[in-house]
Amino acid sequence: MTTPLLTAEGLNLHFGAIAALRDVAIDITAGEVVAIVGESGSGKTTLLRVLSGLMAPDSGTVRWLGQDVHAMGEAARRRLMRTDWGFVHQNPRDGLRLAVSAGGNVGERLMAVGARHYGNIRGEALSWLAKVEIDATRIDDLPRTFSGGMQQRLQIARTLVTRPKLVFMDEPTGGLDVSVQARLLDLIRSLSRELGLAVLIVTHDIAAARLLADRILVMRRGEVVEQGLTDRVLDDPQHPYTQLLVSSVLAA
Amino acid sequence: MNTSEAPSASGATTLEGYNFAYLDEATKRMIRRALLKAVAIPGHQIPFGGREMPLPYGWGTGGIQVTASILGPEDRLKVIDQGSDDTTNAISIRRFFTRVAGVATTEHTAEASVIQTRHRIPERLLREDQIMVYQVPQPEPLFRLEPRRVETKRLHALADYGLMHVRLYEDIARLGHIAKAYDYPVMVNGRYLMSPSPIPAFDNPKMDRMPALQLFGAGREKRIYAIPPYTDVRSLDFEDHPFRPIRAPQACALCGSRDTYLDEVITDDRGGRLFVCSDTDFCAERQADAAKEAAE
Amino acid sequence: MYVAVKGGERAISAAHAWLEETRRGDAAVPELTVVQIEQQMGLAVDRVMAEGSCHDRFLAALAIKQAKGDLIEAAFLLRAYRTTLPRFGASEPLDTAAMRLRRRISATYKDLPGGQVLGPTFDYTHRLLDFALAAEGVERAAAPEAPTPVESAPRVTELLAREGLMQREVAEDAEPGDLTRQPLTFPAERPVRLQNLARGDEGFLLALGYSTQRGYGNAHPFVGEIRVGHVTVEFTPPELGFPIELGEIGVTECQMVNQFKGSRTEPPQFTRGYGLVFGHGERRAMAMSLVDRGLRAAELGEDITAPAQNAEFVLYHSDNIEATGFVEHLKLPHYVDFQSELENLRTIRRSAEAAIQEAAE
Repeated sequence: MTTPLLTAEGLNLHFGAIAALRDVAIDITAGEVVAIVGESGSGKTTLLRVLSGLMAPDSGTVRWLGQDVHAMGEAARRRLMRTDWGFVHQNPRDGLRLAVSAGGNVGERLMAVGARHYGNIRGEALSWLAKVEIDATRIDDLPRTFSGGMQQRLQIARTLVTRPKLVFMDEPTGGLDVSVQARLLDLIRSLSRELGLAVLIVTHDIAAARLLADRILVMRRGEVVEQGLTDRVLDDPQHPYTQLLVSSVLAA
Repeated sequence: MNTSEAPSASGATTLEGYNFAYLDEATKRMIRRALLKAVAIPGHQIPFGGREMPLPYGWGTGGIQVTASILGPEDRLKVIDQGSDDTTNAISIRRFFTRVAGVATTEHTAEASVIQTRHRIPERLLREDQIMVYQVPQPEPLFRLEPRRVETKRLHALADYGLMHVRLYEDIARLGHIAKAYDYPVMVNGRYLMSPSPIPAFDNPKMDRMPALQLFGAGREKRIYAIPPYTDVRSLDFEDHPFRPIRAPQACALCGSRDTYLDEVITDDRGGRLFVCSDTDFCAERQADAAKEAAE
Repeated sequence: MYVAVKGGERAISAAHAWLEETRRGDAAVPELTVVQIEQQMGLAVDRVMAEGSCHDRFLAALAIKQAKGDLIEAAFLLRAYRTTLPRFGASEPLDTAAMRLRRRISATYKDLPGGQVLGPTFDYTHRLLDFALAAEGVERAAAPEAPTPVESAPRVTELLAREGLMQREVAEDAEPGDLTRQPLTFPAERPVRLQNLARGDEGFLLALGYSTQRGYGNAHPFVGEIRVGHVTVEFTPPELGFPIELGEIGVTECQMVNQFKGSRTEPPQFTRGYGLVFGHGERRAMAMSLVDRGLRAAELGEDITAPAQNAEFVLYHSDNIEATGFVEHLKLPHYVDFQSELENLRTIRRSAEAAIQEAAE
């Protein structure tokens, strides 16, 4: 087995009396898509925030290539966030600069890591717009003139342009119409295969998890109640809560 | 240091009831400490306890406080605004220092030991024994992109200047070139993004490796920063859209110069106009030289 | 030729002479004395002292005379003067509970120990122009006198605090920051915020305070107490080691009572907004206490959604000396920068025109 990119152990976090995370452990290796599923309030978004260094746990460690994520300085963490990592927010407005053109949004990460050739930055932006199926003529338009699905695809382009090793996604299809959701999931799947991306995706949508993920973690009340290969977990759920989740999808 | 009663070395006396150069000595020391810090970290903004001055904020109080703190009785002061010694605000500030410090003043760049300026750098190359003092309205180069100072402080600390490059990218995408004509941001010593004050971008290259010490005072915003002599100062740009100093593509109507910064003067209401040097001292010297040559 | 003219020096001298002439006005009309301004324009003097950050009635009146009645200009003159004064130290904290009261009202209680003292106020006057005032030299009847009250007047907020209904302010031994010596930095502690507000522009404070009442900041204020009067200033010289009285100054204090919904660690209770200003300045003290409470949002765990809760926004824009200077600096020449913009615009227009032409062909 290859060495994992990210390893977390013994994560605990309390909000007052409520346990948001209870002794959670997780690891993810290069090129692997892992889905964290569970209903809202199960702690899955909190877990994503802790793993990506946005929030500190009460106890436990998160390591990136062996380095303690919460012990590194803010400068190092920000550098990681714009190089090896990417973060796709549920609401594209949180991940985009709405007053900056589509091209500028995609180019920002390139410039942040030192790209200083306008023509190359623009060329890269155009090729990424094509990859996420946004028409090249929209490159100088502001994202606020885009539909919700386009905004989300732009956010993905902006995040992937520096070819991160690991991308965190928080309900990336959350606010979208069902038809738009399917197209976006296809896009995420093909891009992650093509680029060999590791993806850690939080979703309450079991169908999305089945489509994308190699592995699944099921969370409930801050605890990982079941995990394993996607097909195994969904076809032969062991934990009663997982059984409930899977059956409720079938029933729906 | 001088005291209020003593006549200065230049023979003039200072204003009764006020210390030499207006500020009390403790305040001057505080400002000089800030200046030392600023010189030690080129381009980094140092907060300082800016005082009210008898001139309004935005009219040069930062520059005046810096000048007052470094001025000695032996100094010879030049004050320019828009490149000229004869603009009203330059006159007002020059008068102020004549009144409260009794120092000698000059309109000749070559003769000045301290030059306080608003919006220009003189055309003549400056020397190691001269100090430039810039009046700065807004020391934060990122303020239009991020108004919160708590946040800009963090961006400077992390040298996170991607935002500024995005702004320049947007200019090129929309307009074909970088549309910043003045107060054009610079990187100082490869580390801090800095506002050069609202000088025209034309003047930016003069800052790079300048032999003179450059001091910047922002009175209302209470910040001081500096560029020590011979420090690298680079205007931000792209490899394929290099920084381009802008000037009117004309010759000065008075001295014929084609490589100085020009002011446009409207001469009538029928579209008549001419262009003249913004640096009046430099222009007058060139005219005098030409007249001498013609006479010979 | 226009550019060859070197008339700046002469023009400035002439303009200043003209200014002086207009300041004096018609020489046939008797000149205002500084004492007349101090006596008869007392509230203007108070405002200039507050915004000029210097308690000296005579100097404030002089500044008003010199500024032709422009109160911001007058405050500016006073500030520029005060900054040159030597500093011997800081006084002991003022004890406003021991204030010699001219006016003291509470909106939260009908009556209270010490009573409601109306004092010299515009409140309840009918705002009708009094043409009798236009006829000068008419003797006005003196106001009736009442015996000085013997009863002490405890602070309203103290009454509430004793019941546990009002959050207590914690006394701190730490030396407070001094805005006249150190620049404003963030996060700004409350002493620094209060200093800033105490000398902030009255119009700005008024508008911000008002906005908190209109839903921009979720305030539910009550005037716990306004007191106007004189307090003793004491100073402890290091060589003596005990405080001596320097004299009295006039001040206005406002304590605004606000609701607080409580948090995980604290039960619901009242919190206060505080205002203390030089002279008789009720509007200023009230507005200040509303804004002070607004700026406590972060510390009390409230959402920051309104301008009056945004410390950077409020504190960086409250000072009218800074504001008037920077707004008015726009009339200084900017032709060097404007020239760059002109060339810039011409270049952009040339390429845009070329592009349009190309498209047309």
